[in-house]
Amino acid sequence: MGILGSRVPRVEDPRLLTHGGTYCADVGDRRLAGAVHATYVRSTVAHARLLAVDVDAARTFPGVVDAVVGDDVDLAPIPGWFNPAMTRTHLARDRVRFAGEPLAVVLTERPDQGEDAAEAVAVEYEPLPALVDPIAALSTDVRLFPEVGTNLVCEFGAPPGDGPNALDDCEVVVRQRLVNQRVAACPLEVRSSAAAWVDGRLHAWCSTQNPHGVRGALAGLYGLDEADVAVVAPDVGGGFGAKIDLHPEDLLLPWLSRRCGRPVRWVETRSENLQAMVQGRAQVQDVAIGGRRDGTIEAYQLSIVQDAGAYPTMGAYLPMMTRSMAAGTYGIPVVEAHARVVVTTTPPIGAYRGAGRPEATAAIERAVDLFAAEVDMDPAEVRRCNLLSRFDQPVTTPTGETYDCGDYPAALERALAAAGYDELRAEQRRRRRRGDHVALGIGIAAYVEVTAGPSGGSEFARVEVRPRVDADGPDGVDVVVATGSSPHGQGLDTAFAMVVADGLGVPIERIEVRHGDTDAIPRGAGTMGSRSLQLGGSAVRGAAIDVVHRARKVAAELLEAALDDVELDAAAGTFRVIGTPAVTRTWADVAAAADRQGTPLAADHDFQVAHPTYPFGVHVAVVEVDTETGDVRLVRLVACDDAGRILNPLLAHGQRHGGLAQGAAQALYEHVAFDALGNPMTATFADYPIVSAAELPSFELVDLETPTWVNALGAKGIGESGTIGSTPAVHNAVCDALAHIGVRHIDMPCTPATVWRAIRETGRMSTSGP
Amino acid sequence: MKITLSVNGEERSADVEPRRLLVHLLRDDLGLTGTNVGCDTSSCGACTVLMDGESVKSCTVLAAQADGHEVTTIEGLAALAPARAAVGAGEASGDGDASALHPMQQAFHEQHGLQCGFCTPGMVMAAVSLLAENPHPTEAEVRLGLEGNLCRCTGYHNIVRSVLAAAGELPKSEEVPA
Repeated sequence: MGILGSRVPRVEDPRLLTHGGTYCADVGDRRLAGAVHATYVRSTVAHARLLAVDVDAARTFPGVVDAVVGDDVDLAPIPGWFNPAMTRTHLARDRVRFAGEPLAVVLTERPDQGEDAAEAVAVEYEPLPALVDPIAALSTDVRLFPEVGTNLVCEFGAPPGDGPNALDDCEVVVRQRLVNQRVAACPLEVRSSAAAWVDGRLHAWCSTQNPHGVRGALAGLYGLDEADVAVVAPDVGGGFGAKIDLHPEDLLLPWLSRRCGRPVRWVETRSENLQAMVQGRAQVQDVAIGGRRDGTIEAYQLSIVQDAGAYPTMGAYLPMMTRSMAAGTYGIPVVEAHARVVVTTTPPIGAYRGAGRPEATAAIERAVDLFAAEVDMDPAEVRRCNLLSRFDQPVTTPTGETYDCGDYPAALERALAAAGYDELRAEQRRRRRRGDHVALGIGIAAYVEVTAGPSGGSEFARVEVRPRVDADGPDGVDVVVATGSSPHGQGLDTAFAMVVADGLGVPIERIEVRHGDTDAIPRGAGTMGSRSLQLGGSAVRGAAIDVVHRARKVAAELLEAALDDVELDAAAGTFRVIGTPAVTRTWADVAAAADRQGTPLAADHDFQVAHPTYPFGVHVAVVEVDTETGDVRLVRLVACDDAGRILNPLLAHGQRHGGLAQGAAQALYEHVAFDALGNPMTATFADYPIVSAAELPSFELVDLETPTWVNALGAKGIGESGTIGSTPAVHNAVCDALAHIGVRHIDMPCTPATVWRAIRETGRMSTSGP
Repeated sequence: MKITLSVNGEERSADVEPRRLLVHLLRDDLGLTGTNVGCDTSSCGACTVLMDGESVKSCTVLAAQADGHEVTTIEGLAALAPARAAVGAGEASGDGDASALHPMQQAFHEQHGLQCGFCTPGMVMAAVSLLAENPHPTEAEVRLGLEGNLCRCTGYHNIVRSVLAAAGELPKSEEVPA
C-alpha cells in the first residue's frame, strides 16, 4: 500500500510555522492597491423600525471616502430560504431584525479611521418587541415580517396526529423536551473579504470554504458571466460551516467598489463576528421514546422547532438533515421526525460542524438514556439490545436514509473496553456508597452520521506531470495537482499529495497541490460536509490514474512495446515492459517525450457519486461533578470513530480532536445568549465561553476501519464526527453523575449554575445511597 | 510620536499615534503579518509575541510601550533557536526551502499541532515563553499555561503534545504522534 495509511507530517506546516499564513487581511495583491476599508455600522437593538440613519456627521471624519445607508443600495434583496418573502437587504432599510444587523457602512482610507467614523453614524429606532424564544415565535403576535403574516418559515414532515400512534402500544414511554442550544462557530480568523474591478472583471478575495460557490453567487448578484468573476480563497483561518456562504457584508463589497471607484477591503472585529456571523444549532426538541421493559425500543418520535434567526438561510434547511438521521444507530421499527422552522430577532443560523446531524444524535442519545433510566437498565446494555447488527450491504432506516455499511456493536465494545466501563461503574458505586460529594458520571453516545450528504456529489481535479530541469540537467519531474476542494486546516495538500505519490510513484516533495483560485481551477464544490477526502481525493485519484494511462502510451513508444505490455512500477516510479524489468524509462524520460510531442502529461477528472457515506462511532465521557458547587470537570473522553479507510492517521486524529473539543464545549460551556430584549449577552470572547486548553483533557482515540464500497478509496468523511458523538456523551455523563440524587435531566450547557440549581431542586442534599 | 524598537533583531522606527497598538504596528507598519488579530478583548492570544523574551499579547500593548524594547515575532523565532532543527528529509517544505526551525516549530510540525494555522504564531510564541519559565511542565501546567491562547481547530490535544515534546517531556514510547 505504500504511503497511504501512514502518518505523513503536513507539507502545509513549514510556511505556516515560519512566515505565518496569508489570510485575507494579509493579502498584498497589487490589484488591491489603494483600497478603501469598509466598516459596518450595526443595529444596537434587536427589533425596530428604522426611522433614520444619518451619516452626515460621519462623512466629516478624517479619511472618510464615502458613507452608505440601506436606501442607497440598489441590489436585489436576498430571498429567504424556503420562504422567499422573508427577504434580507444587504443593509437594513425600514426595519432591523437582530442586534448586530448591518445598517450602514463607511469607507475610509485606513481601518482605524472607519472605527471612529462609524461611531458618528446616528440611528433613530422605533423599537418593536423582541422575540428570542423560538417556541414563542409559533404563537406570538410579534411578526418579523408582517406582510408574510407568520413567523413560520416552513415545515418538514407532519406532526404526530391526535389519533393512535405507535407509542400507545408501548409498555414504557418517556417524553422530554431538550434544548440543543445556539452556539457560535468561532473560527479564529473572523470574516474578511476584498473586491476590485479590473478591466471589467470582478476580482474577489474571501475567507471562504467555497471559492467556486462564491464565484457563482457574485456572478448571479451582479449579472456577470462566471468567466468575468475571479475568486481567490487565500489561507482561511477556520470555517466550520459558517464560511460556506457569503454574508451580506461580503456580497456588498463589489457594489461599494463600483460606487467609489476603488478596491474595497473588509475585516470585521470579533465582537461583530459573535453578533452577525451565522450561528449554529438552536433547536428545541420534543422526544418521545417507547418500548418494552426488557429494554427493546419500539418507537421514537422527534419533534423539532428550529430557530432560523432573523433571516432564514441554511439554518432553515438543517432540520432536514436532523430528520433524515433521526433513527441513529438503532433498529427501531417506528421513527417519526417532524420539524417547524421559525424566525426570531436573533442572528441567522447556518451550518456549524455537523450541521443538523449533531442535533439528531443528541436527541436520540439523550432519549435512550432516559429510556434506560425508566426501565432501570444500564445505558450500555440498552444500546447493546437495540444497535443495528454489523452490515456490509446497504440498510435503509425508517426515515428513508440508506446507510452504506457499519459495525456499531464493534464500536460500542471497543469504546467501552477502552474506557474501562465496568471499573468506572464500580468507582461510581464506591463514591455513592461513601457519600463522596464529587460524583462520577459516565456517558455513552452511539452515532452514525452522513458525509458528502445529502446525496453524494462531485469534485474536480487535475494532475499534471512536468519535466524538471535544473542547472545540471534533467532532474526528475514536478507534479502539480489542482483540486476544487478548498481546505482551511484539514491538510488536504498533504492528503492529496499522498494519493498522487501512491498512484504515480513520484516522491511527495515533488508534488504541489493548488486550490482556492477560480481562474486557475475551472470548477469545484469547496470543502464542507466532510466531503473532501472522499470526493476530492477520489477525483485526484482518478486524474492520477488517467495521467498514468497517458504516460504509459508515451512510455510504450519509447520502449517500442505494445501499450498493454507496459506497466508503471509505482514503487520505483518507472515504466517497464512486463517481463523485462531491466529495461525502464523514468517519469522524467516520459514527461520530456510528451513535452516534445506537444501533448503534456495532464488529465482532468470529474469524480461523481450519487451516494453519501455514513461514518459512525461510540464516544464515552467521564465527568466529575462537585455536588456542592455544581462544577463539572471533563475527566476523560474516549472516542471510537470509524470513517472507513484512513489515508493519513495524523490528519484523521487531528480532525477528531477538534470535533471532540467543540462537542464537549457545547455540552458544558458554550451558549449564545440573549436577554429578553434581544441584546446579545455573549458577544465578545470575554463573555462567550469558547473552550480553552485548560478545560479539556487529552482525548483517547480508538480506531476502527470499515471501508465503504461507495468509492475506490474506501473512505468516508471524518471532519464532523467528533462533534457529533461527544456532545451527548458528555451531556449524558453529567446527567448520569446526578441520577442517584434524583436529577432526571439537565439542559445543556451543564454550567455550574445550572447543575447546582438542578441539584437543589431535587430537595435532596444528601449524596449518599446506592 | 516617534518610537524606536528592535524587531526580530533589527532596529525599526515609526511615528505612531499614542493609541496605536503594537499588533497594528507589527502587521500594518512593519509588514510582519504572521502575528494575527483574533479578537478584541485580549482573550484569544493570536497576537502573542515576545517582548524582551517574555510573551505579551500585542493587542494589549501600545506601540509606544514597546519603545526601546526587543520584540520577537514568529518570523524571527527560528533565529532564536539554540540548537537548529532542520525540516526532516522526506518532508516537503512548502516554499521549497528547507530552512532551520526552532525546536518549538519543529515539535508543532512533528506532532501535528496546527491545522488552519491562524492561532499558531501566537500559540508557538506563548509556548516558547512558557518553557522559558517552566522548562519541564506537566500536562496540566501546559494546559493552564496556554489558557490565554485559543484554538478552534485542534482541540488542543496535539498542541499540548507539541509543547511537551519540545520540552522533552513526552515519554519515548509516546513520541509518535497520537
